[in-house]
Amino acid sequence: MKDTPLANCERDFLLKAIEEKKRLDGRQTYDYRKIKITFGTDYGCCFVDLGQTRVMAQVSCELVAPKESRPNEGIMFFNLELSPMASPAFEQGRQSELSVKLNRQLERCLRNSKCIDTESLCVVSGEKGWQIRVDVHTLNNDGNLMDAASVAAISALCHFRHPDVGIQGEEITVYSPEERDPIPLSIYHMPISVSFAFFQQGTYLLVDPCEREERVMDGLLMIAMNKHREICSIQSSGGIMLLKEQVMRCSKIASVKVSEITELINRALLNDKTARKAGGRCGFAESMPQERITALKMGQRSVEMTDVSETASSIVQTAEAPLQTVPSPLVPVPGVGQVGEGLCNAWGLEEEEEENEDGESSGGDSVAGVTKMEDEQHKDDKSRKVDVVEILDSDEEEEEVVILYPETTKKAKLMRRGQENDSEDGFEEEVSENEDDMEHIQTKKKQIEKSSDDDNDHAKISVTLMSKNGNSSWFLSPPENQGRPLAENGFRMTPPIKYATSWTDDN
Amino acid sequence: MMEVSPSTVSFREFGCEQTLLSRPDGSASFVQGDTSVMAGVYGPAEVKVSKEIYDRATLEVLVHPKVGLPGVRERSQEQCVRETCEASLLLSLHPRSSLTLILQVLHDDGSLLSCCLNAACMALMDAGLSMSCLFCGVTCAISTDGEIITDPTAAQEKESRALMTFAIDSKERRVMMSSTKGSFSVHELQQCITVSQKASEKIFQFYRDSVRRRYSKNL
Repeated sequence: MKDTPLANCERDFLLKAIEEKKRLDGRQTYDYRKIKITFGTDYGCCFVDLGQTRVMAQVSCELVAPKESRPNEGIMFFNLELSPMASPAFEQGRQSELSVKLNRQLERCLRNSKCIDTESLCVVSGEKGWQIRVDVHTLNNDGNLMDAASVAAISALCHFRHPDVGIQGEEITVYSPEERDPIPLSIYHMPISVSFAFFQQGTYLLVDPCEREERVMDGLLMIAMNKHREICSIQSSGGIMLLKEQVMRCSKIASVKVSEITELINRALLNDKTARKAGGRCGFAESMPQERITALKMGQRSVEMTDVSETASSIVQTAEAPLQTVPSPLVPVPGVGQVGEGLCNAWGLEEEEEENEDGESSGGDSVAGVTKMEDEQHKDDKSRKVDVVEILDSDEEEEEVVILYPETTKKAKLMRRGQENDSEDGFEEEVSENEDDMEHIQTKKKQIEKSSDDDNDHAKISVTLMSKNGNSSWFLSPPENQGRPLAENGFRMTPPIKYATSWTDDN
Repeated sequence: MMEVSPSTVSFREFGCEQTLLSRPDGSASFVQGDTSVMAGVYGPAEVKVSKEIYDRATLEVLVHPKVGLPGVRERSQEQCVRETCEASLLLSLHPRSSLTLILQVLHDDGSLLSCCLNAACMALMDAGLSMSCLFCGVTCAISTDGEIITDPTAAQEKESRALMTFAIDSKERRVMMSSTKGSFSVHELQQCITVSQKASEKIFQFYRDSVRRRYSKNL
């Protein structure tokens, strides 16, 4: 799904407002939106609301073998996911440019600044160490995801506690939180990212741009800094040229903002700690606002269950009993078992077709099948007193093969077919067959002429057409019908064939 | 014959907040005890040509786990939720368009699938999509001594012999979807369905109350 485009008038309006030192939400140039930090029920879960932007971070840990290059250190892994919930423009499972940029910035801000003591995460040198994984989920994108993500990630890391481990000789024991109190990570400092948006080629500057402002900005400067005013990473994107003074001014603003935010995080952590100590409920469920009309909470409710058992048994009793009989399996061929209905085909037609197909594919049989049909049709045609021979049109010679009636030829063909099909070579054989048959026809013609001389009155001739796509056969009608296939036979005739009448002339 | 004692058949406290995210067309978070799920709905919107269905809207459900990337477990949850939503939404009103429902697990303390279903329904309501009926999810666990526990916590789920989640519709209290784990008898299944149907009344009453509160003039 595409993001809603920003109208030109909207863009102009925003830029004009910025020129007049006004912001849409009434903030001043250096103001942050309201930041709210909430901790979840389990350790290492943190929600950050930055105005309407909402981000969740969850830290988890796992015992893994450390990297070979750093056997005495644990592993830090960061994953920032742009969930499609945050914005319609974010797609599931696709690494967008923005996602790569934010992931990289988060890594530089938190891993490369060495704010976490990774050596304390080592359990057994070169064998076992903790892998700390930080998942940052974006829930709602209203601009400045990076700042929200960095606050969420560092707060979650401060909040997180990993299980205690004990080493006795070769054995490593991981203690559950009930057995031994889990251990917090040792964090040296808290880098926090602060974003600056630039407009009109760096003329105007805004802190913490919202989504609309991000869309019209020319460039973005992200400074990650800790409260000791040490810059941990700095990144400029968007291709604007910044002056030295501008960067210096930004870093000054950042130092103020960072100390404010660090103070807020510390307060939130302390608040959560006291709440946990007091044994009170904490977490997302507790942080749900009560005063909003869009929110409602309901206390524990019990459900009356007086006649559940009775209803259930009545349903079971009234239900139709399932069929108990299981048909015995049928074994049509060794290695195949069948159970259930539909073993015999009710569609006689289909079965016949199958048989025909089988017959055709198995070579020799097909000829038998065809000849059988021919015989049947002969019976039909007897009434017509056919005394006809047929001849092919010279133009179509490649297409058809004619087999003429006399017993000898049929048998010969049968034999020939049988031999050819033994070789099991489809196409080429068929071609040669056709050619052979052409010669065959030539000889048969003479035979016919002879035979028609022999019994003038009742010469019946069957014609088998060998087209490339299969067998089809039909009969020529008596001379008065002049070479039209009989409609009743319903056999398909491939390409329109002109029937030579020359044979009658010859006769 | 096993007995259903009233102490086990109860819900943890539950709560819901709607319209809490600014970007999605509809959003809701649903909390059952400590289990909480956030849902966001986008749509009806344009659809990818490959996913377009000519006579109805394409519904896509995404479940994001708290840790790591979506796996097989999430896929199966997605399917359960999608099939339930497809059954209740009037998708034919929006042909050739897309509906996207994203569920983000915020905390899992048992009955996650039912919480997902409830959050999904609240988010769809918030988005103002037309539905033939509402639906809710109820999870029942059968403990090793044959007791039925509704809305179990993660610890109760772990100790249970069987776990069933049903989606119940609001019109006739029919079962729209069921997802079960573990072994149980036919009688136990029927009992759980009856329990879920009764329990669903409470959730539908909660839906009603929250909508009433939302459109009321004072708190």
